Amino acid sequence: MRGTRAPGNARSGPYTLAPVEAGINDLRRPLTGWGRTAPTTAHVLPVSGLDELSRAVREAGERGIIARGLGRSYGDPAQNAGGVVVDMTGLNRIQGVDADAGLVTVDAGVSLDALMRRMLPYGLWIPVLPGTRQVTVGGAIASDIHGKNHHKDGSFGNHVKALDLLTADGEIRTLTPDGPESELFWATVGGMGLTGIITRATIQLKRVETAYFLVDTDRTANLDELMELLTAGDDDYTYSVAWFDSMATGASMGRAILTRGWSAKVADLPKKLRDDPLGFNAPQLFTAPPIFPNGLVNRFTIRAFNELWYRKAPKSRRNEVQNITQFFHPLDLVGEWNRVYGSNGFLQYQFVVPFGAEDTFRRCIEKISSSGHVSFLNVLKRFGEGNRAPLSFPTPGWTLTVDIPIGPRLGQLCDELDELVLDAGGRLYLAKESRTSAATLQRMYPRLDEWRKVRAAVDPNGIFSSDLSRRLAL
Amino acid sequence: MIDAVGNPQSLFLLGGTSEIGLAIAERYAARRPLRIVLAGRPSPRLDEAAARLRATGSTVTTLPFDARKPETHADVVEKAFAEGDIDITVVAFGLLGDNEKAWTDVEAARELAEANYVGAVTVGVALADRLRRQGHGSLVALSSVAGERARRSNFVYGSTKAGMDAFYYGLTDALRPYGVHVTVVRPGFVHTKMTAGMKPAPLAQTPEQVADVVVDAVRHHKELVWAPAAFRWVMSVLRHLPRAIFRRIPA
Repeated sequence: MRGTRAPGNARSGPYTLAPVEAGINDLRRPLTGWGRTAPTTAHVLPVSGLDELSRAVREAGERGIIARGLGRSYGDPAQNAGGVVVDMTGLNRIQGVDADAGLVTVDAGVSLDALMRRMLPYGLWIPVLPGTRQVTVGGAIASDIHGKNHHKDGSFGNHVKALDLLTADGEIRTLTPDGPESELFWATVGGMGLTGIITRATIQLKRVETAYFLVDTDRTANLDELMELLTAGDDDYTYSVAWFDSMATGASMGRAILTRGWSAKVADLPKKLRDDPLGFNAPQLFTAPPIFPNGLVNRFTIRAFNELWYRKAPKSRRNEVQNITQFFHPLDLVGEWNRVYGSNGFLQYQFVVPFGAEDTFRRCIEKISSSGHVSFLNVLKRFGEGNRAPLSFPTPGWTLTVDIPIGPRLGQLCDELDELVLDAGGRLYLAKESRTSAATLQRMYPRLDEWRKVRAAVDPNGIFSSDLSRRLAL
Repeated sequence: MIDAVGNPQSLFLLGGTSEIGLAIAERYAARRPLRIVLAGRPSPRLDEAAARLRATGSTVTTLPFDARKPETHADVVEKAFAEGDIDITVVAFGLLGDNEKAWTDVEAARELAEANYVGAVTVGVALADRLRRQGHGSLVALSSVAGERARRSNFVYGSTKAGMDAFYYGLTDALRPYGVHVTVVRPGFVHTKMTAGMKPAPLAQTPEQVADVVVDAVRHHKELVWAPAAFRWVMSVLRHLPRAIFRRIPA
């Protein structure tokens, strides 16, 4: 890769540290993902224009370059030790809206939060929303994120009509899902930023009458009841997700609160909301200060929390009107909530196993419940059909997510879960991943080599690299 | 890359037959097999060490390394990093020597100084350069409590360790802005081939116990640790004792 340094760069020789420009050393910063584990240091380069960005790519040094959005991936995909990390949040213009067609063209650094606020007045809704609005469009595509409506609408990449990709040669290519370079398009969807830097995208939005949701809630006594309900009724709802108690064992193992719903019509709303049905109603209460000690999230606090959370939910409730925060993003109520875990950080373990592997699913939950490790953001969902992207995570089956503070023997627990997931033909989500091995990942993504081929063709020198790509030999 | 739960993917041990160094490598390998590079003087012992680590499923290579040939050190380090990033580097080579010979015989003194101090520094410079460029990694330097206050019974060894300790102590701050974590480890008496036949001092440790201290220190980015931890306070007292009392403490 050394040979790729642009000619005319005054620095030369193998020991050059700062490949981009003099003074960049000042921008050296330690970075982590949202889990606040495994910090490494990179030259962080804020960009506001495409010329600047293209130059950064052309002049990337031996440690390469990677794009970073709002840093919500839990592990290390937006870190690049010793190399360049481009802060994309400065590229944040909404370029154009076609309200009739429901199409919007945006810079990659636009957050879903900003996009939602701007699109709601048109009666347009972001087709796929993850558990937070604080992600960029570029990140949403690179991770091919999913939401509560995956069983109906698929993942984010399914709704991208076109994207601009800045590739290793410094050129920007416009790619479409079925165009001449569709292979590169689909390698970029879920490609974790390793095919190039997404600079712009056109997204097909959904039409809504209101910014509210009609929600049905069901409390289930155990996992079997939950899975039965999900299997039987999911298709009637646009959105569906379950929170489950990761610490309940025995007969109540996997007891859960299932919330499912649809986008509300104006007629569904109570009178006082009908005046402004498309109003952006998503409050943030406060930002967590960085003062939380390690160990605050422990088995006692979480057992108490889980008990309360479970009991406060109604046994069954129908057609409740909820706002965006209530229904989609309860976590966005508190800014920087990851600080609650203390300085040791935490990891999120999310996997999917195919339908038919319900036994494995149950054993995984048993293993977590009985492990002594604690988790309170426990999410369970049924996925629908996947898409054409070789590295896209969602495949038809059951997905489960737990958040666990870093503690002794957590690595071992996750390794054991990996084995169960692998044996059932399941996989892990790269946007959450922070500790598996390259060999395991290779077995989880049978189309990995196909993806590698596309990437090697467009980036033969591996300019685009990250801690994730080094760790998992992507 | 060291992952979220602290698993390294690669380890470079300078002093490839160091029992403490090998115990550290074994601790990591037991959790997850990794790529290990052992640098040491070619010998059956080095090959045995490699074979033992291979049994964990790890990939082990050996590199010829002589602490007393500082002109070769940059090359050895370059070779170790040729296969990819090194997550954890352990500087574990050193000689104890015979103190009575070492303070009366120029050659013996020079051997200790070159191996323990000069070698540690020249290796350290080459390592610092590589680690700075890769922007991550942990560097562990095995120092000794003997370097904290020279004693009549082993002051030549102690003086070399004092020097290398100061170098890595300072390197800790020099490398911090580059995302590289340096840990200086000061063990007390450790039961190894180096101390075989000697009368164990109080708070004596096994190499495995020292390895546990090191693994924990690397995990939490600790910059200076003693093994056992209690030595921190023992040494704090010993450092400040009046000499008249200090010299009366039995060796």
